[in-house]
Amino acid sequence: MAKDKMVDRVAGIMGTPEMIRNIGIVAHIDHGKTTLSDNLLAGAGMLSKELAGNACWTDSDEEEQERGITIDSANVSMVHEYDGKEYLINLIDTPGHVDFGGDVTRAMRAVDGAVVVIDAVEGTMPQTETVLRQALKEHVKPVLFINKVDRLINELQVDGQEMQIRLGKLIDHVNKLIKGMNEERYKAGWRVDAAEGTVAFGSALYNWAISVPMMQKTGVSFQQIYDYNKSDDPNSIRELADKCPLHEVLNDMVIRFLPSPLQAQEGRIGAIWHGDKTSPIYKSMINADPKADLAFMVTDITMDPHAGEVATGRLFSGSLERGMEVFVSGTSRKNRIQQVGVFMGPKRLEVENIPAGNIAAVTGLRDAIVGSTVTTLEGMEPFESITHASEPVVTVAVEAKHMKDLPKLVEVLRQVAKEDPTLKITLDEETGEHLMAGMGELHLEVIAHRIERDKGVEITTTPPIVVYRETIRGGAGPVEGKSPNRHNRFYVEIEPLEEGVRDLIKAGEISMRMPEVERREKLMEAGMDKDEAKGIVDIFESNIYLDMTKGIQHLNETMELILEGFHEVMKGGPLSKEPCMGVKVRLVDAKLHEDAVHRGPAQVIPASRQGIQAAMLMADDTLLEPYQKVFIQVPQDQMGGATKEIQGRRGIIINMTSEGDMTIIESRAPVSELFGFAGDIRSATEGRAMWSTEFAGFDTLPANMTAEIVCGIRERKGLKKELPQASDYLSM
Amino acid sequence: MLTFIGLGLFDEKDISLKGLEAIKNADMVFAEFYTSRLMGSSLEEMESLYGKKVNLLYREDVEISPDWLAEAKDKNVAFLTGGDTMVSTTHVDLRLRAKNLGIETKLIHGSSIASAICGLSCLQNYRFGKASTIPHPYTSSRGITVISETPYDTIKLNKEHNMHTLVFLDIDKDKGYMTINQALSLLLQVEEKRGEGVMENAIAVGIARAGSEAPVVKAGYAHDLKEDDFGEPLHILVIPASLHFIEAEALVELLGAPAEILEGLDD
Ligand SMILES: Nc1nc2c(ncn2[C@@H]2O[C@H](COP(=O)(O)OP(=O)(O)OP(=O)(O)O)[C@@H](O)[C@H]2O)c(=O)[nH]1
Ligand SMILES: [Mg+2]
Repeated sequence: MAKDKMVDRVAGIMGTPEMIRNIGIVAHIDHGKTTLSDNLLAGAGMLSKELAGNACWTDSDEEEQERGITIDSANVSMVHEYDGKEYLINLIDTPGHVDFGGDVTRAMRAVDGAVVVIDAVEGTMPQTETVLRQALKEHVKPVLFINKVDRLINELQVDGQEMQIRLGKLIDHVNKLIKGMNEERYKAGWRVDAAEGTVAFGSALYNWAISVPMMQKTGVSFQQIYDYNKSDDPNSIRELADKCPLHEVLNDMVIRFLPSPLQAQEGRIGAIWHGDKTSPIYKSMINADPKADLAFMVTDITMDPHAGEVATGRLFSGSLERGMEVFVSGTSRKNRIQQVGVFMGPKRLEVENIPAGNIAAVTGLRDAIVGSTVTTLEGMEPFESITHASEPVVTVAVEAKHMKDLPKLVEVLRQVAKEDPTLKITLDEETGEHLMAGMGELHLEVIAHRIERDKGVEITTTPPIVVYRETIRGGAGPVEGKSPNRHNRFYVEIEPLEEGVRDLIKAGEISMRMPEVERREKLMEAGMDKDEAKGIVDIFESNIYLDMTKGIQHLNETMELILEGFHEVMKGGPLSKEPCMGVKVRLVDAKLHEDAVHRGPAQVIPASRQGIQAAMLMADDTLLEPYQKVFIQVPQDQMGGATKEIQGRRGIIINMTSEGDMTIIESRAPVSELFGFAGDIRSATEGRAMWSTEFAGFDTLPANMTAEIVCGIRERKGLKKELPQASDYLSM
Repeated sequence: MLTFIGLGLFDEKDISLKGLEAIKNADMVFAEFYTSRLMGSSLEEMESLYGKKVNLLYREDVEISPDWLAEAKDKNVAFLTGGDTMVSTTHVDLRLRAKNLGIETKLIHGSSIASAICGLSCLQNYRFGKASTIPHPYTSSRGITVISETPYDTIKLNKEHNMHTLVFLDIDKDKGYMTINQALSLLLQVEEKRGEGVMENAIAVGIARAGSEAPVVKAGYAHDLKEDDFGEPLHILVIPASLHFIEAEALVELLGAPAEILEGLDD
């Protein structure tokens, strides 16, 4: 099919939201998302058939190909004919490795439906649950593809009947998960059901798939599928692929059961936008109105060697056009849109105009970051920010190999942070080092490699170290924080944040953007008292600031400065300058200078900061360390080596199950002990172990290790060695 | 003994004779110029007039760790500031600290912009209400910009009592000296947001380089003055309440205010 004709077809469908499906392919690592995506592209005539299945068109980066995993989400589009009509499918292939989970979170904002892929042999894995939860939270509807059924037949040697039982069990389990995660959606019909057609199974590697509707259409039975797979004739599987082509089964399912933007946007806008529901912009978003004001959410930013920075995202309302002047949330300048493009196969192609309901890629948004709302409506309430469930737990210091590259390094680090919001770049003021914190060892390794390869700056990095968290175990206050000129005083009380509230924040269920009443109700449900729930002025990571004062003059215009002090402490606590979590600060009184110039930033920020620092030290400040769950699949005879690796790392075994000859170990260990695990487990099991990890939250350090670790961190950061005292922060 | 000495308005020669004598008799001399500055003079010119070294103090040395105070326990220490020493500063804190250390303190006054303004602006000092400073807007690290509305509130309150407002303009180490133009544009921005009419068609008097040989003083509508060039710093501003007829006449005749402000004053 000639390309230019394809462009015209895509452009033709783009304006008819009923004929569009925006979908994400999500799964645990290695379950076959990319193989599936390539396959769909090839099936739609966007790639040659021979290439799909091994060429990894969507994993176009050489490092992805080398490591055999997806690192960046990839956007592709294709046209598929269903019931005599042409549909446009905008697809995002997401990574499965936990270190790149932020990409999945962001992709879920752009799409309306998700194909959850599960390896028939491994079954649902931790990351399967994570991505499913993320989809439901974003109001994205799931359908199921059970992949690698060929392995079930040829490797596990199950018979036809057992195969059916296993598949049935898997489907039940997925439904149980959906019900547990979002009962309301489950009741509304968001379950996967083989008889209905919301489940397909097959093999992305061998290009075939089947679903109940497809069985009815083709007359191919379970037994036949089994037989085709069992046959020794290498042509047999190709025959199956011709009869039941994967792309047809999958795309039919997507078109029939996943919502069009028009059907999806009403529910989705309710979940991701908290503005006025009687406003015109709300109406135009739920109607995907191409003629209304623009409402575009940026979900991805990449560097294109030719076009520069490309912002990809979801267009909920209005139309994108070249030359358009737009507002970017959080900044005051206007940006001018340069190019607008859609994805055609794996390539980005410039078009004149993109109407609401599509996934679009634009250039010229200089001020946009991932999560920005881009609009033509001045003062539009921005979309809810995208919260990623895991937090940076590993950090490295980055240095330019050549001094002359320092300015370039600063610029490059700014750029990579913009492209990847799960990456945190900080400048350590004391040591002048640039610190790069991320989701895991691999994450940082990949970024470091890209800085050298793509951005051309030679760097050295230190070995990775763990990012700890500071928290308090007790309460303190009121503690007085004085400004340097001593004319301003702030009185704060501090205590651990209620567990329930912390969970709400982590799940992204409350934010300062949502309507006050709704937030207050959620907080009270989670156990917060009414006055406190009313007084909340800021949520920073999992810490909150409450203003419990009444009627203090000038406090309003001083609050941003007070919060700046709060943020500074929450970014680096008094004990070891590690980020804080679970801290609740209550401002109970304040005394302010009459004149604004004597209560400016130089006065208020330190006063606010020092009061909180002192209070934390009085409230039993301590360190938490990050943990990971580690799942290991290993043959029985190598099991001893694997369990020893875990136990030798302060880890605990949570569960062990066996599956044929394989043992599946579920365990939990501190991140600090897991550096180098990849190599060690390989040698301990003669390379026979398959393993994956998942973020498992933070836990207190063993008491006998705390002092030593705190001192180590302080030394590394160039802080004074003695442990700080509250009095250090209380100026006389 | 710690003697607070106000240096007056513009250059080293604005000091009082008493002040100059006190410096000459001092064992050590300190000065801070972050609250106000003598624009017509330099540290060297001061030192050569006093015949003494002047130790310059930064905000941190005055507010956070004023270790130098201890020198005053057994020496005569002079502490210099622009203008009058306790006007528009927070230095009373230093007096309290000194008292704590058992140090006696004394004040020697200098001419202050707070009184000079009455002469330059032709407005009667009896009619001034609360003064206020317009600080430079502050943008927090998360990108939220705060424009203080206190000056607007102060002008509003004063106007309600028919009083003029003296508006000081921020001096900032990094953001520089605020100009009359910036100040008026900030006040008008607050007006736009609040819409309470305080600055609507308001008359303003802008004064630059008070105390120098050639100060610039202009009166007019705020939105017009916003575009005028007042030249070098320091700048200061007055927002008058309704005008007494002599005040109005002086604004028109001496400071270039539009004649239409005289209309309707007679009844
Ligand atoms: N036997 C078999 N192997 C498959 C099938 N689908 C994929 N694979 C293989 O599984 C491995 C992982 O496939 P990918 O498509 O890269 O998996 P992925 O889910 O995209 O992986 P990440 O993006 O890294 O999470 C590759 O070696 C594929 O060839 C299948 O249906 N049958
Ligand atoms: Mg992949």
